[in-house]
Amino acid sequence: MTPSEIHQRLREKFGDQILGFEGEVVEPTIKVAAPAIAKVCLFLRDDPDLKMDSLMCLSGVDDPSGDLVVAYHVYSMAHRHRIALKVFVPRENPAVPTVEHVWKIANWHEREAYDMMGIVFEGHSDLRRILCPDDWEGHPLRKDYKVQEYYRGMKVEV
Amino acid sequence: MAQVEIVDTADVKTQEMVLNMGPQHPSTHGVLRLEIGTDGEIVRWVRPHIGYLHRCFEKHAENLTYPQVIPFTDRMDYMASMNNNLGYVLGVERLMDIQVPERVEYIRVIVCELNRIASHLISFGTYGLDIGAFTPFLFAFRERERIFDMFEMTCGARMLYNYIWVGGVSHDLPDGFIEAATAFVDDFEKSIDEYNGILSGNKIFIERTANVGILPADMAINYNVTGPNLRGSGVKWDLRRDEPYSIYDRFEFDIPVGRGEMGTVGDCWDRYMVRIWEMEQSRRIVKQALQQIPKGNVHAAIPKQVRPPKGECYFRTETPKGELGVYVISDGTTKAYRVKVKSPCFVALSVLPELCKGAMIADVVAIIGSIDIVLGEVDR
Repeated sequence: MTPSEIHQRLREKFGDQILGFEGEVVEPTIKVAAPAIAKVCLFLRDDPDLKMDSLMCLSGVDDPSGDLVVAYHVYSMAHRHRIALKVFVPRENPAVPTVEHVWKIANWHEREAYDMMGIVFEGHSDLRRILCPDDWEGHPLRKDYKVQEYYRGMKVEV
Repeated sequence: MAQVEIVDTADVKTQEMVLNMGPQHPSTHGVLRLEIGTDGEIVRWVRPHIGYLHRCFEKHAENLTYPQVIPFTDRMDYMASMNNNLGYVLGVERLMDIQVPERVEYIRVIVCELNRIASHLISFGTYGLDIGAFTPFLFAFRERERIFDMFEMTCGARMLYNYIWVGGVSHDLPDGFIEAATAFVDDFEKSIDEYNGILSGNKIFIERTANVGILPADMAINYNVTGPNLRGSGVKWDLRRDEPYSIYDRFEFDIPVGRGEMGTVGDCWDRYMVRIWEMEQSRRIVKQALQQIPKGNVHAAIPKQVRPPKGECYFRTETPKGELGVYVISDGTTKAYRVKVKSPCFVALSVLPELCKGAMIADVVAIIGSIDIVLGEVDR
């Protein structure tokens, strides 16, 4: 299926939970409302025409608009088509439902997005930091991140 | 005579003991800590702790110009730096819509496939070490040195090359490279037979690896495990064939998959053997590329300033460890707005707890070796 067909399909199923579609770019992207993302992903995986069986990548992005973004790049090995999904969440309360139950790999990717961007994945089984130490302060890949002065009494050089 | 009481041991429970493996442990292939819950000799659960080698690659990538990031990609999977260079560079080139000269395409394929052989040699050699066989390691390094000598001829560096640039490569192949590489690929066929003779068919090795750490195909896909680990589970999937990038569609090669010859499909032996078979396929690709390589200027398409238009792309390539995904967002300046790298080793490591469940403690070492991770890439 082409990206615009996938968008049509989701549009029919989820209506106004699908917020937008950019097709004339290098990476066609569908914008999805945050509360619906887990249902959309489950549909993408299980629908026989879509069969998006693999989550290639899940990334957190600090958008220039000030919102935080979770980008899902999904692929179907059965049908060989792909699509990117994006979820925008406000900076003050960045909560997104987890997709861990859809693709198991999301567990670690979501932990990384939490660690680096501070995005909270609701329903995640084990939401801990993954790359930084557990007691690190702040989320380093946010654009307004300021590194802490001391970590356990050691000066953190900038 | 004292009476011996016979105890039924079936329902005797030993106390669970938590064992720490690493961060400094020779078999973890880098700085990895595993928390292992054991019941006697049986592993009940495993919890990997990573991040010891975190070097803020993605933050660096936001604060440097596009070409300045390439040396950092070298240091992710330092066993296969060429392939990492290529993955990042192709992502940027896709954004800028650059067509590179034919000769550059061929050079890239040759160095990447040679580097794939070098990476699989390390995997093969150190896997032998993990299991307790020392000699295969020396065999592997013998051939790896020849590959590194060729890279040194080409760009001066033996491990971290910064060779593949946006729009080209840093140096053309030097005089004598084609001859050296041709001699190498001709000799290498015999070396693979030696590896099979010394390790693949060794009875002790098979006992240690067959039927251990079985990864079923559906679990592998759900975890998005890629590369030799996926093919070891019997899934015929290789981006070089299924989503060809560069000029891989011009070469003839097979995609070897695990067939469960020594035990079950997807066990450690299958994953190991797929890498050995892949070295032979890479050898075939290099051989064809060396015969077809045209003349040309390798610097013709290098842009004066790398400034991709506003936009984003997710590009994936087949590195020796699996699918390397590079997600680049450009805001139209000379520095990337965001770079995210999806590392195949990160993914392979996340499936480790599933593989180790119910295994013996000694098998954990065999399983880690078989998924062939590099912690530099896991932690970035």
